[in-house]
Amino acid sequence: MADRAQPLTFLQGLGGCVAAGVALVLLGPLAAVALRAEEAARLTGADWAAIRFTVLQALLSAALSVGLAIPVARTLARRVFPGRRLLVTLMGAPFILPVIVAVFGLLAVFGRNGWFSQVLDLVGLPPIEIYGLHGVVLAHVFFNLPLAVRLFLQGWLAIPTERVRLASSLGFTARDIRRHFEVPMLRATAPGAFLVIFLICTSSFAVALILGGGPRATTIELAIYQAFRFDFDLGRAAMLGAVQVGICAVAALLVLRFAIPRVLGGSLDREPMQWEAFVGRGRFADGLIILLAALFLVLPLLALVGRGVDAMAGLPPSVWHAALRSLVLATASAALALALALPMAALMARRTRTGLELIGALSIAISPLVIGTGAFLILNPIANPVALALPITGLVNALMSLPFLLRALLPAIQQAEASQGRLADALGLKGVDRLRHAILPRIWPSLGFGAGLSAALSMGDLGVIALFSSPAQGTLPLEMYRLMGSYRTDDAQGAALLLLALSLALFWVFDRGGRLRATA
Amino acid sequence: MLRLEHTVTKLDGFTLRADLTLEPGRRLAVLGASGSGKSTLLNLIAGFVLPDEGKVIIGGLDRSRASVADRPLSILFQDSNLFPHLSVFDNVALGLRSDLRLDGDQRARVSDSLAQVGMDGMESRLPGSLSGGQQSRVALARMLLRDQPLALMDEPFSALDPGLRREMLDLVAALCDRTKLTLAMVTHDLRDVSGLCTDLCLLESGRIVLQGPLDDILADPPALIRPWL
Repeated sequence: MADRAQPLTFLQGLGGCVAAGVALVLLGPLAAVALRAEEAARLTGADWAAIRFTVLQALLSAALSVGLAIPVARTLARRVFPGRRLLVTLMGAPFILPVIVAVFGLLAVFGRNGWFSQVLDLVGLPPIEIYGLHGVVLAHVFFNLPLAVRLFLQGWLAIPTERVRLASSLGFTARDIRRHFEVPMLRATAPGAFLVIFLICTSSFAVALILGGGPRATTIELAIYQAFRFDFDLGRAAMLGAVQVGICAVAALLVLRFAIPRVLGGSLDREPMQWEAFVGRGRFADGLIILLAALFLVLPLLALVGRGVDAMAGLPPSVWHAALRSLVLATASAALALALALPMAALMARRTRTGLELIGALSIAISPLVIGTGAFLILNPIANPVALALPITGLVNALMSLPFLLRALLPAIQQAEASQGRLADALGLKGVDRLRHAILPRIWPSLGFGAGLSAALSMGDLGVIALFSSPAQGTLPLEMYRLMGSYRTDDAQGAALLLLALSLALFWVFDRGGRLRATA
Repeated sequence: MLRLEHTVTKLDGFTLRADLTLEPGRRLAVLGASGSGKSTLLNLIAGFVLPDEGKVIIGGLDRSRASVADRPLSILFQDSNLFPHLSVFDNVALGLRSDLRLDGDQRARVSDSLAQVGMDGMESRLPGSLSGGQQSRVALARMLLRDQPLALMDEPFSALDPGLRREMLDLVAALCDRTKLTLAMVTHDLRDVSGLCTDLCLLESGRIVLQGPLDDILADPPALIRPWL
């Protein structure tokens, strides 16, 4: 077979080195955890309870998210109504919403003194119990329902207009449409969506940290944190880390088995014009579905804004210091993530190799807490890990956002190579000149979007920093968690609003910057 | 100038077998139906694909394994010949220096080549603001500036309307006359190459089935070429 002849560009060559480095940084701590776990004692009853709870809450969260998303996505795909585009955009927001902020918003709506409980009290019903399994599942559904909606909506919008028109001309009934179009699409999409959400929920830490706890509601991640932070039992933390990796690896392999449609980008706000003939009835039910979904997503944020505005003025200096630290960390983390993702995506655009894709997706399957534990085990004999808490957090955050960045950059680079790569080859453009003339001008919007995503994810992260930072090094989410822990609710509310504003602002600045640069 | 010696190129289930000679200053029309291997032949000469067997000799040297940039040739594609974010001047200047740091003499050469294709005065325009014909002229100006002995064209004017296409082909013919350029141009319309090309090769299913001086072939057309007349 003839070679596709061009040698690797500088950027693509660099991508190979970066991929090897990423694999080393992710797998090194994993190896340290595995070695330490071998020395540890067997799993205790409490550990088994944590494993059972992790799997149970992930199963429930995934099932509820997927089950509830289907009617919402179906309505969004088939109905045109005022605010539809805004609601679809809102479905992307939880992805960049700091977990601790969202949980705080959920507490304001569904907590003991929340709006929902107050309504229940009016009709003589007891308040809902948000701590424990209910709360963990509720928070996970809040985060993952929009993700599932986006996956299903993509499936619905991918049904070709011509086929629906053909169905219309053949006199298909609504039942025929379900049978021939909707059920096959759901069969293809639902298993993947379920598994992705299951995977996300097995490694979610901050939700369990705030809403879980106790012998009946401790996840593996939380158990690792407790073993590390409270008992300083590194062997047990490592053992739990190994179990966590095992569960995530199985889920990740299943996810890879079921191809997942893209959830980043995509034109999900396309108006659904082709279904007019089949959506005549059920207007009230559809309206109710949309209203409930919108309220579920918007109310916690409204509650947060309502309660946080007044508190922001009187925030203690420690919050502002933590905010500044978080901003610097998020920006540095986004820059590092881009520096890693750009060469890797360039290489992936040129060569499809399973190994490269696996490295790119590895951090989805490895929890940050496990990496943190492994990093501590490696660093502890040679340096003070606490002193390195911020750089390690920045590095781990960058690695955690890598799969999403690759997903955003890869299609853009492939497009740039397809349209300008041969011209660049013909003109002998190499290295920086090739990047400058042939690639960057075509990928600015994706770079901006990816950087914004990475910065926002890092800004809201409450994972590895919680493991081994000192109070003087706290980021804004950690500071907020401390304020909540010491019952300084007003300050915590103000900090939550500040964190929300900064996360959204960071995302907006990078995303907007990329778009403006592209049209400059 | 160009010689393909017993080349065999296998690509995605398709095999191209080609033996071909093109003397300096000659202009070859590569004719064939869709899927016959015209573009693969051009990619083989350009270096976008490497042969499984045989040799690609350009300028007397075996360039079979050389990359595109290391072959003494310029290429005009069907589309995407210009970088949309660069001005007309910079797009042409890329033919001289990829970092665009030009001295006075080099800047004058860029302006001169733009003048040769009738694009003087449009140096600061972006490609998006030009017509299809003007964009083709800019790409031609860069080809002139690169001053390589061999030019490859892959149906570069197929998107233009017939009048404009004729105008561009006449311009290419005039430039080739002036610079003694050797040319290989893929086409699917024999009318396009009259007045421009001196030689013809006809491809069918990955093989060159007819090859020779264009005038001779047209004077007594064999059966193979008749459907193209």
